Amino acid sequence: MIRVALQMLVGDRLKYLGLIVGIAFASLLISQQASILVGLAHQTGSFVRDTSHADLWVMDSEVRFSQDSLSLSDNTLLRVRGIEGVQWAVPLYQGFLKAKLPDGTRMTAIVIGLDDATLIGGPPEMVQGSLADLRQDKAVIVDYNALESKFMMKRSGGRPIRVGDNLSINDQDARLVGTYRASQSFFWEPVIYTTYSRALQYAPRERKLMTYVMVKLKPDADVAKVAASIEAATGLKARTNDEFIALTRDYILKETGILINFGLAVGLGFIVGTLIAGQMLYNFTLDNLRHYGALKAMGAGNGTLVIMNLIQALTVGVLGYGIGLGLGSLLGQLVASAGLAFRMPWQVPVLCGVAILIICLIASALSITRVLKLEPAIVFKGG
Amino acid sequence: MSPATALKSPANAASGDTASNGIAIDCKGVTKHYGSGSSRVTALRGIDLDVRFGELMMLVGPSGCGKTTLISVIAGILDRDEGQCKVFGVDFNTMSAGQKTSFRGANVGFVFQAFNLLPTLTAEENAAIPLMILGESRGSAIKRSRDMLARVGLGDRGRSLPSQLSGGQQQRVAIARALVHNPRLIVCDEPTSALDHETGHKVMELMREIAVGPDRTLVIVTHDARIFEFADRIAKLDDGMVQSISNGKNVTSNAAK
Ligand SMILES: Nc1ncnc2c1ncn2[C@@H]1O[C@H](COP(=O)(O)OP(=O)(O)OP(=O)(O)O)[C@@H](O)[C@H]1O
Ligand SMILES: [Mg+2]
Repeated sequence: MIRVALQMLVGDRLKYLGLIVGIAFASLLISQQASILVGLAHQTGSFVRDTSHADLWVMDSEVRFSQDSLSLSDNTLLRVRGIEGVQWAVPLYQGFLKAKLPDGTRMTAIVIGLDDATLIGGPPEMVQGSLADLRQDKAVIVDYNALESKFMMKRSGGRPIRVGDNLSINDQDARLVGTYRASQSFFWEPVIYTTYSRALQYAPRERKLMTYVMVKLKPDADVAKVAASIEAATGLKARTNDEFIALTRDYILKETGILINFGLAVGLGFIVGTLIAGQMLYNFTLDNLRHYGALKAMGAGNGTLVIMNLIQALTVGVLGYGIGLGLGSLLGQLVASAGLAFRMPWQVPVLCGVAILIICLIASALSITRVLKLEPAIVFKGG
Repeated sequence: MSPATALKSPANAASGDTASNGIAIDCKGVTKHYGSGSSRVTALRGIDLDVRFGELMMLVGPSGCGKTTLISVIAGILDRDEGQCKVFGVDFNTMSAGQKTSFRGANVGFVFQAFNLLPTLTAEENAAIPLMILGESRGSAIKRSRDMLARVGLGDRGRSLPSQLSGGQQQRVAIARALVHNPRLIVCDEPTSALDHETGHKVMELMREIAVGPDRTLVIVTHDARIFEFADRIAKLDDGMVQSISNGKNVTSNAAK
């Protein structure tokens, strides 16, 4: 009778395809939106992940995310270096500064200043020049991937800046000596690296300018213990790379409403899918009610009919799920290669599969009630 | 499907009693109401009827007199309100819904006015359905269904879809489906009214030829006087009661006068 159920389903081409398309749409929407959410969440951690050269980040206790840029007093560095278990500690400057391209195009950039002596905290990969070039006079490096977009000189015909160009940061001279490649970041502002001391020159005069202290532990030191002693000694916050990534992610997802928005989109996909599939399966079952009545009269029990209905729902469910997920990841490859947020860890297909399964069960439950309530006597009613 | 077979044996044993007097279906004072309150309709108001083994019984009468209601009660797809009705010695009102379903699967074959074939199944698949419901494997069910289609003269149309068959051919597929599992009771509601006269006549000839047998009972509802001649006996219903029961050929000759 399973085969009979499938033949009933497949034989009705239009409804069959409609059901598959409906569920594929829901599956596409759910997997797509969930993957973008995961991708965005991942991107909020790009900076910390790219800059995880040390074991701990020391920051102001009020810092909520990695681009918060609250500053620390200069003696923090010395106090951290004096703590048991610390192998080395270097300062990192991070601030939002005004920058101007050679043609006068203005922008706000995230300027990162690396410890002059060690240049620790630099981007993961250089494309043009080397990190050591930052030691040249007025040297800065920018994101290679942003050349065609954020570093495009829109005012003078549209050429990207290139190595050797002079820019200005807070009205002071800077010279591009190289480009780097970093992970796609959630934060829009272009990132410019320079040395710590030069960053302080660019930055407006303030009493305190250091943003982070990056701390490397001695090989045998216990992270939690050292973090606790740093916090006790300085009154600051010390976080591991993973903790800092999580802190940033949680804050951004909550504060920007991204979680709610994409959560709603996923929920919408679920509801739309349930409605479409439920109503189509219901119609399909209604259309076949006469036949179900005949089967019932001929001795098919309710159990058999429920199984037939479930088989029909699950068949379109599996096909629709596969097509939707396939389309979703294909589309994802496209948007990801265009640099947009998209990540599909195994949890996404699983979540989507569970959602589709629930959709199918709801749809099936809606229509099967009609079959169960069906009086077999209707087979003799009407032409 | 074991309840079905389990049911078949006590029914057989019980029919041993009735078989001595040849009674397969025994109805006394059967009543049936639809609805309630002001919209209450009495469809059957005390039906007394017995049908013997080997017999083709026709139920005739004006529209609304209760023919379909009565055949539904006899086939076990509708519960009566009062009275007695035993089919092969078994009373449906003492059975659970599941038991009734299993009983029908094993013992009853149906032929409907509108054929009610599944449009997306081939003729041989349609005719195999009762066997598959009884749990027979698809392969052997189809094989038996093919043999039955050959007996109704459709040996070469097993792979056709209902839409590729004429009305008469579809009704023959339906007859094959009603017979394929060798049921003891066959019920038909208006089996010829969707067919033209000649085709209807042929379908009835076929029924007489292959469906009627010593261990089987046929109950056919019709108001098509042209097929009365195929009946062994004819029960004339009016307003929910049996008005008269007569020999089939008598009625035909009376009608001819
Ligand atoms: N489901 C129902 N609900 C309410 N009344 C019904 C129902 N089915 C039948 N009836 C009524 O019961 C009476 C008998 O109906 P039934 O269908 O048994 O007649 P019939 O002899 O088969 O008629 P026809 O020749 O038109 O098929 C009619 O008055 C009909 O209106
Ligand atoms: Mg009727």
